[in-house]
Amino acid sequence: MVLAATRTEEEMQTEFLARIEAGEKIEADDWMPEEYRVALIKLISMHGISEIMGALPEKEWVPKAPSLRRKLGIMSKVQDEMGHGQLLLRVAEDLLKPYDRNRGDLMQDLFNGDLKFHNVFHMETKTWADAGLIGWLVDGAAIITQTNMLGASYGPYARALQRICAEEVFHAQHGESIILALAEGTAEQRAMIQESLNGWWESLLMFFGPASSNTTGSSKQDVTIKYRIRTKTNEQLRQDFFDKYIPRIQSLGLTIPDPTLRYNDEEKLWEYAQPDWSKFKKIIKNEGPRSQARLNLRRTSYEYNAWVRDALSAVID
Amino acid sequence: MTTHTEALKELLFQLADDDFLISYRGSEWLGLAPHIEEDVASSSITQDTMGHATMYYNLLEELGAGNADALAHLRPSAERRNSILAERVNGEGYYMETPIYDWAYAVVRNYFYTQAKRVKIDSLRESSYAPLAEGAVKVSMELHYHLMHWRTWFTQLLSSTDEAKERMNKAIQLVMEDFGDIFSYGQYKEAIESEGLIASEDELTKSWLAALTPVFASLGLEVPKIPAPTKNGRNGEHTEELDAAIATLSEVYRLDTEAVW
Repeated sequence: MVLAATRTEEEMQTEFLARIEAGEKIEADDWMPEEYRVALIKLISMHGISEIMGALPEKEWVPKAPSLRRKLGIMSKVQDEMGHGQLLLRVAEDLLKPYDRNRGDLMQDLFNGDLKFHNVFHMETKTWADAGLIGWLVDGAAIITQTNMLGASYGPYARALQRICAEEVFHAQHGESIILALAEGTAEQRAMIQESLNGWWESLLMFFGPASSNTTGSSKQDVTIKYRIRTKTNEQLRQDFFDKYIPRIQSLGLTIPDPTLRYNDEEKLWEYAQPDWSKFKKIIKNEGPRSQARLNLRRTSYEYNAWVRDALSAVID
Repeated sequence: MTTHTEALKELLFQLADDDFLISYRGSEWLGLAPHIEEDVASSSITQDTMGHATMYYNLLEELGAGNADALAHLRPSAERRNSILAERVNGEGYYMETPIYDWAYAVVRNYFYTQAKRVKIDSLRESSYAPLAEGAVKVSMELHYHLMHWRTWFTQLLSSTDEAKERMNKAIQLVMEDFGDIFSYGQYKEAIESEGLIASEDELTKSWLAALTPVFASLGLEVPKIPAPTKNGRNGEHTEELDAAIATLSEVYRLDTEAVW
C-alpha cells in the first residue's frame, strides 16, 4: 500500500495507540507494532498451552472421581479446558503467521522450555480435594485475571475470553460443589480440604505473578497495560481474589495457612505473607514438583502419535 | 427358571458395564490424543458414554439392584458383565505416569464397539421394557455422531500411509481377538432372547456385519470373523486388567462408601 509506505513507523505507532485509546479493537490482519505482536504471542500462547497442560493435573482425577455424577462433571470440565486451549492456540497461530511459525513450533517451544505454562500446573495433586480446589480456587483466580482482559484491545483474544470466562464460571461452580460436599462431610473429608488448601495457598498467591518486576527480574504487566490488553496490575488482581474468596474460604470453617493475614481497613488492602518468589522462579523454569513429569507425558504422547499426524496430512495432500 | 426381571437386570448390567468400562478407558486417554481437536471430540464422546452407563445403572437402581454409584464402583470383577474388549488397557503403562497408548487400537476398538452398540440400541428402541426403549432413543441421537467420528478415523487411517495401514491392521487383529463375547448374553441367553427385551445374538451379529461390510469393501478389506470367546465377560470371566481398572476408578469412593462425595 503506497499510503502506508509513506508513513514512518513512528506515525503508525502513534495512530495505533490512538486507535487503542479510542477503544477500537485490533484485528488479526491489522498493522501492529512488533512489541504488541510479541507481547500478545507470549501472553496468548502461554495462556493456551497452560489450558492444555492444566488439563493434566485434573485429568489425574477423572478416572478416579468418586461417583457417576462427579465423573461426568470432571470429564466435562477437563474437556472444556482442552477446548479453551484449542481456541487460544488458534488465536496465537494467526499472530505467528508473519514469523512462519505454527502450532507444531509452539509444541516444540513447550518441550524445550521456551514456552512456559502457568505455575499452578506444575504442582502435584494428592487427593480428590485437590481436584475440587483446582476447580474452585484456581479457576476462580483465572476468572479474575481473565475478566480483567475481557476488554483487551486485541479483538480475537477478547472474544475468545468471553466464551472462556462464561465456561470458567461453571468450572468454579463445579469445583465449589466438590468442596462443599467435602466441607459438609466427614471429619476425614474436611481434613482433606484443609490439607489441600494448605498445599495450594502459596501457589494461589503466585498465580497472579509478582507485584513488580523487581521481584523476579522481569514482568510483562507493564507492556500489557500500556497496550490496553489488561487494566489491573498483578497486585490489584491478587487483592480482588482475596476480596472475593477469603470470606468464602473462612465461611466453610477452613483456616487460611497464613497467621499474618489481615485486612487493613485504612488502606482497604489485605496484608499477607509473601510466597517464596525464588520458588516461583524455579517453577516457571520447569523445576516444579511435577513440571518434568507433565512435560514428559505431553512430549511422549506427542511423539507416539506422530504417525497419526503424518497419516492425516497424507490424506489431506 | 429365570424370571423376567432377572433377565432384564442381566441385560442392563451388560449394557451398563460395557459403557462404563469403555468410557473409563476413554478417560485415561484424556489430554493425550493425537491433536487437541481430537482431545475435545473424543472426550465429549467419553462423557456421553459415561452418561449412557449412568442411565443404565439408574434403571438398575429403580429395579432394586442397589445404589447406582455402588453398582458402578464397588462390584468386584466376578460380578461384572462387560465384554472383554471394553476392559482392555489402552496400551502399556499406568495413565498417571507415561503410558504408551496406541491410537490405532483406540480407533479400531471404538469403531467396532460403537457399531456393535449401534445395532443393540436400534434393537432396544423396540424393547419390551419401556424405560429401556425410551433411554435407547436418547442414546441413539448421540451415537450417530460417535459412530461417524470413529468411522471417519477408521477409513482415513486405512487410506493413508503404509505405517498407518500396518498399525491399523494389527489393531484390527487385536480387537477381534477380544470380540467373541460382544454379542453374547452369556448364561442368560435364552431368558434375554425370549423376553423381547432385545434382538437375538445372531440377529445383532448379522446387523453388525452388514453395517461394516460396505466400509471394509470400500477399503479393499474383508470384515474379520468373530471368534468364539476365550473368556466370556457376560458370565463374569475377566482379565486382571479389569481388576486394576476397578481399583483405580473406585479409589476415592472406597475411602468412605457411606460418605457423600
